[in-house]
Amino acid sequence: MSAKKKQTEEQLLNEVTSSEYKYGFTTDIESDTIPKGLSEEVVRIISAKKNEPQWMLDYRLKAYKAWLTMEEPEWANINYNKPDYQDIIYYSAPKQKPVLDSLDDLDPEMKKMFDKLGISIDEQNKLANVAVDIVMDSVSVATSFKETLAEKGIIFCPISDAIQDHPELVKKYLGTVVPARDNFFSALNSAVFSDGSFCYIPKGVKCPMELSTYFRINEAGTGQFERTLLIADEGSQVSYLEGCTAPMRDENQLHAAVVELIAMDDADIKYSTVQNWYPGNTEGVGGVFNFVTKRGICHKNAKISWTQVETGSAITWKYPSCILKGDNSIGEFFSVAVTNNLQQADTGTKMIHLGKNTKSTIIAKGISAGKSNGNYRGLVKISKGATNSRNFSQCDSLLMGDKCGSHTFPYIEVKNNSSKVEHEATTSKIGEDQIFYCNQRGIGTEQAIALIVNGYCKDVLNQLPMEFAVEAKKLLEISLEGSVG
Amino acid sequence: MIKITNLKAGIEGNLILNGINLEVKAGEVHAIMGPNGSGKSTLASVIAGKEDYEVQEGAIDFEEEDLLGLNPEERAHKGVFLSFQYPVEIPGISVSNFIKTSINERRKAKGMDPMPTPKMLKMMREKMELLSIKKGYLSRNMNEGFSGGEKKRNEIFQMAMLEPKLAILDETDSGLDIDALRIVANGVNKLRAKNNATIVITHYQRLLDYIVPDFVHVLHDGRIIKSGGKELAHELEEKGYDWITKDADKKWA
Repeated sequence: MSAKKKQTEEQLLNEVTSSEYKYGFTTDIESDTIPKGLSEEVVRIISAKKNEPQWMLDYRLKAYKAWLTMEEPEWANINYNKPDYQDIIYYSAPKQKPVLDSLDDLDPEMKKMFDKLGISIDEQNKLANVAVDIVMDSVSVATSFKETLAEKGIIFCPISDAIQDHPELVKKYLGTVVPARDNFFSALNSAVFSDGSFCYIPKGVKCPMELSTYFRINEAGTGQFERTLLIADEGSQVSYLEGCTAPMRDENQLHAAVVELIAMDDADIKYSTVQNWYPGNTEGVGGVFNFVTKRGICHKNAKISWTQVETGSAITWKYPSCILKGDNSIGEFFSVAVTNNLQQADTGTKMIHLGKNTKSTIIAKGISAGKSNGNYRGLVKISKGATNSRNFSQCDSLLMGDKCGSHTFPYIEVKNNSSKVEHEATTSKIGEDQIFYCNQRGIGTEQAIALIVNGYCKDVLNQLPMEFAVEAKKLLEISLEGSVG
Repeated sequence: MIKITNLKAGIEGNLILNGINLEVKAGEVHAIMGPNGSGKSTLASVIAGKEDYEVQEGAIDFEEEDLLGLNPEERAHKGVFLSFQYPVEIPGISVSNFIKTSINERRKAKGMDPMPTPKMLKMMREKMELLSIKKGYLSRNMNEGFSGGEKKRNEIFQMAMLEPKLAILDETDSGLDIDALRIVANGVNKLRAKNNATIVITHYQRLLDYIVPDFVHVLHDGRIIKSGGKELAHELEEKGYDWITKDADKKWA
């Protein structure tokens, strides 16, 4: 390598490391918090603060007791100091709870924050035709478009409201896809979740707009444990988006969410995530620990499609999965996971084929830069009864520089002879030849990398709704600024 | 247009170009011929600014400006174009998107606005016709799954779109069958103008039947050992390189 080249690389590396997390501000809003630590008492306080019915409290207490007996999982290819679960605040809510649908009354500080985040809950979203629910520090603070949706019988509201207003639906479905005991983090979430989004699409209804939840951790020392429950009744269709950001803090913040999707016969759910939690600084100080359980169940002829663009968090542990229970059901997983600096990700999916003629597709694209570590972990399980089922998996890794790592852990279990599973995997580096070729055509190195990365992720980015795709592209460029190998 | 003076350059300490002197004026076509390993492709790469090569001595002036001080994209913005011997694949990026980016980056460097899309599409259609390129080509990914001939044609298509001042065609004929060669050469000829110049690097005289050069230079051991008119190419075709290289070897021994 020539001296000049080395110098440019160092320069570029510096640029990456100095590219700032633009969402790292905090908002000065008075909040209602409870003391640190987790106990049965705390679970009771959370439930009481939300004025929950007895069945909900019972559910939480059962989950809490289960959690006490469980161990934090260690099988993922990540290294971190386990959080001290007694040093976390489990409930924090902005003191002023705004009246829904009259957002003019909103705390000006909060409104300012939304502007900074680029979420204008009124005009802008009316134009973009997106209904938004905003969850800040565990509590849902604003939901737009409730009325328009109600006309179609669609329920889209904070899950705490749903517990009050639609207990029959919550009671029937909560914990059916991700049982409290499923894993350490789902048990924790089931015990202490304070809010999240609830969505119900009635039979045969095609949701007329994108539904979106925006998650924000604001308060220091708090964990965020949101719970999302989405039910698409027979023959209905919905596209759902979620975005996440957090302030820059030099402590690690815990985020342990649970998302459950239920696609009844012939229903179609598309769930897209752009995850941009604070990744920590260049030395790996701070950043969000993102331990998330996401799973959906497909009944007959139903389809669930997960799309995720993961650029944030210090640690990501996340496997959005599909249980293909009904015959002819379809599961899809499209993922771009970027790690830079000292970020670590262990992410992938599980496709559990139970019904006949079920199909699943997995397209996972990992990009590792800096000293980061990116892992794909996926399970394709085809049960005995899932005859004539198909899976296609493609797992690609792109490495930038020579200090990062990338691993792929595919698990495949096929229990019948009529099914077909295909797995393809590639690992590549952005070639100097590719960059020189672009340079020779007048395209500078930064732009060339953006171009090459976008080309690499195209199959996934194409799955995102239009506005989100543009945002995701920008996010990729920011996350990887200058990381040339 | 371009003036190369006593250029000495190499890679990892090994000198490959041992003092090249060459001047190409606007409106001219120069052919550079020579046996394998004579330094032809190195010369092309050094002009384009590939960083792997270190220039130890000499100068390259492009329109009276020092080219060696510029990075590859700046050279491209000034109007230097290299048709690659081995064009590179860029998966997931369509030909149209790549060319659009390329044209607009150059315009940006010149302080111009991006080219309006209808204008660009019209231009693309014209140039596709010029090179007998079939529909559907623009949405294919850059060089991905292209045959050798398609890759070369794609290079000339980009050249046609970018309208460079100086085009360097590095072994553009290799991998082309006779029909494709004719089409590509025909395209290059149509793009010839008073205000641009072409350097054709080739092994064989065959290409020069179609792209007729004003000057032919023989490169050997990193030096131009003989220059002449187009008839020199025919002579080389008949006699091979030995008769010149032997004399040169004696001279530089």
